[in-house]
Amino acid sequence: MYKILEAKELAANIHEWVVEAPRVANNCEPGQFVIVRSHADGERIPLTICDYDREKGTITIVVQIIGEATYRMTSLKAGDYFHDFVGPLGRPSEFVEEDIESLKNKKILFVAGGLGTAPVYPQVKWLHEHGVAADVIVGAKTKDLLIMEKEMSEVAGTLYITTDDGSYGRSGMVTKVIEDLYAEGKKYDVCVTIGPMIMMKFVCLLTKKLDLHTIVSMNPIMVDGTGMCGACRLKVGDEIKFACVDGPEFDGHLVDFDGAMKRQLMYKTKEGRAYLAAKEGDTHHGGCGQCGGNE
Amino acid sequence: MDVMKKVPIKEQDPKVRATNFEEVCLGYSKEEAMEEASRCLNCKNPLCVQGCPVSIHIPDFISKVKEGDFEAAYHIINESSSLPAVCGRVCPQETQCEGKCVRGIKGEAVSIGKLERFVADWAFENNVHPSLNVEKNGKKVAVIGSGPSGLSCAGDLAKLGYDVTVFEALHEFGGVLVYGIPEFRLPKERVVAKEIENVKALGVKFENNVIIGKSVTIDELMEKENFDAVFIGSGAGLPKFMGIPGENASGVFSANEYLTRSNLMKAFDEKSSTPIMIGKKTVVVGGGNVAMDAARTALRLGSEVYIVYRRSEAELPARVEEVHHAKEEGIIFNLLTNPVEILEDENGWVKGIKCIKMELGEPDASGRRRPVEVPGSEFVIDCDVVIMSLGTSPNPLISSTTKGLEINGRKCIIAQENGATTKDGVYAGGDAVTGAATVILAMGAGRAAAAGIHEYLSK
Repeated sequence: MYKILEAKELAANIHEWVVEAPRVANNCEPGQFVIVRSHADGERIPLTICDYDREKGTITIVVQIIGEATYRMTSLKAGDYFHDFVGPLGRPSEFVEEDIESLKNKKILFVAGGLGTAPVYPQVKWLHEHGVAADVIVGAKTKDLLIMEKEMSEVAGTLYITTDDGSYGRSGMVTKVIEDLYAEGKKYDVCVTIGPMIMMKFVCLLTKKLDLHTIVSMNPIMVDGTGMCGACRLKVGDEIKFACVDGPEFDGHLVDFDGAMKRQLMYKTKEGRAYLAAKEGDTHHGGCGQCGGNE
Repeated sequence: MDVMKKVPIKEQDPKVRATNFEEVCLGYSKEEAMEEASRCLNCKNPLCVQGCPVSIHIPDFISKVKEGDFEAAYHIINESSSLPAVCGRVCPQETQCEGKCVRGIKGEAVSIGKLERFVADWAFENNVHPSLNVEKNGKKVAVIGSGPSGLSCAGDLAKLGYDVTVFEALHEFGGVLVYGIPEFRLPKERVVAKEIENVKALGVKFENNVIIGKSVTIDELMEKENFDAVFIGSGAGLPKFMGIPGENASGVFSANEYLTRSNLMKAFDEKSSTPIMIGKKTVVVGGGNVAMDAARTALRLGSEVYIVYRRSEAELPARVEEVHHAKEEGIIFNLLTNPVEILEDENGWVKGIKCIKMELGEPDASGRRRPVEVPGSEFVIDCDVVIMSLGTSPNPLISSTTKGLEINGRKCIIAQENGATTKDGVYAGGDAVTGAATVILAMGAGRAAAAGIHEYLSK
């Protein structure tokens, strides 16, 4: 059992937990993930690590409530326990292994979308702590869904915020900000983008044109997270890779996003029904005529 | 009674069991077990013991069963095996102990496996546990993996007085016994959990959710956590795929994934929040025990199931009993058939599998006749789920993070008979060394390594 030290809602349906997991905190690096189970009969949920404190032995995770399993997590408050919490899984971000001096000479751009802001944070923070200032673009649908602005501004070189509806910061998609920055004469050596798959796809389409090497973090369906099930396999260039052990970060220009997005939908109907059942209990009888109820 | 034949064992009716996850074999009653035990000739030179990878004193325990002293029988088995309820169910006895039984020359071998199972189940029901009066010797051993090899190694070491901690990557203990082998062959609560309780009762500590190589390395275990020796029993968990077009379509699974969802995550149970795809028509590719398990799981979930295997029935690697059970339950075998492509619809879902007919040519390196494609014989099986069961290989997580630990070309850890690896104080056994094999071979390797570690730490 893994004790929860802090629990809070960052924005509507986006929750943050700080969890005691000394073995994970001791060995994790930016870019890696954990698998958690909230309850004894819960689903195994892969989540990218959003922050860690080696001394306190804690890991921070940020979760968007999108289904039954994540919905059940919202009942967990400070003082409660996660039933299972395992990691660190996957490989650390490439730059962790790189020479710091050469990193300092690189112009690095992070592009975060929505919940992706959370896993981008430990990477920017790590670079900041090693004397490397990286620029960060954070995109959110609307002002209310923006998370971690203050934390990010403390570690980023320049922080550009944009909202789809223009309610805060710049207006438009993250891709527009990249285009604008390049139009303003900025140039980068490497881009790291984390967010919804569709966003990462369009960032990659753009950065390919800009000849900007781009790394993406994939979060496909997975079960064990150690290479056992193969559910998270995806096509990268001509190869089949397992996101859990070969990733989760890959060269975005080689990832087959369309294939990955199709696979992402595999259990959508079942998960949607389970979520409705969890939220509405017995009241959900398929009366809407759309969803097929609990068939 | 016909002494040439085994006392028949009760099984669930195939039509009934094809729709549930209850155990297929119902086991012997006391009377049936004693009757079957009376068929044992109690050979002076028991060949059955030679056929057993952990050398259980088979005629001794059987003679106790014959007398009705089941407790004594249990303690005899327990001297050699930490998991009798498991082995009695999943060992390939026909090629091991029973394969050597003298009774088998003219008639049917003694049902050694079913008797072992009876004794172990009797012990569970009557709260008989392994006896332990050992003084701790103060030395610490880490066992990586709580599958068959790890449990047997941990059990033996605890009996020798070691302070043993078992590390498991998943949230539940048992390794392949919980994620791989289905409930209907090996009940989890009633059998696996109880066997693990017995190992715990020997004083073995268990820590779950620890991935060696990620959460902590072997070097850290030895240097920072003061373990004097380490046993690696991490199994062979990496699934293989064929590399044919369409394999990434939605609805294509590794047998590992399908079975893990059903067994470990209990997706077969409506109450589970882990989803599983239930096909209308499922094609399982492969002919091993895992393929049979996947096929019979899909069948029980409500699908029509076809097995596609490239060689003929004689070469099926699965146990005869499993193939027999699968056929009884209505699984259809497409032998001498090999997939060439998985067909997907416009949304990326499986809609069929294109196969080619095969014929057997000259024997290959394995001694089995090599299957050769029959030109122009392609045909399509319509289906919506494909499960790939082509074997597994060891996970490189440990070998890639442990300096000085050498592996061979098949990613298997190099180890001697006593489990010693190329790294001092580090031992290995089971599928991590041999590649995918059986529960009992892994247990045998765990025992051998326990002896090896004992010798190493006694120097």
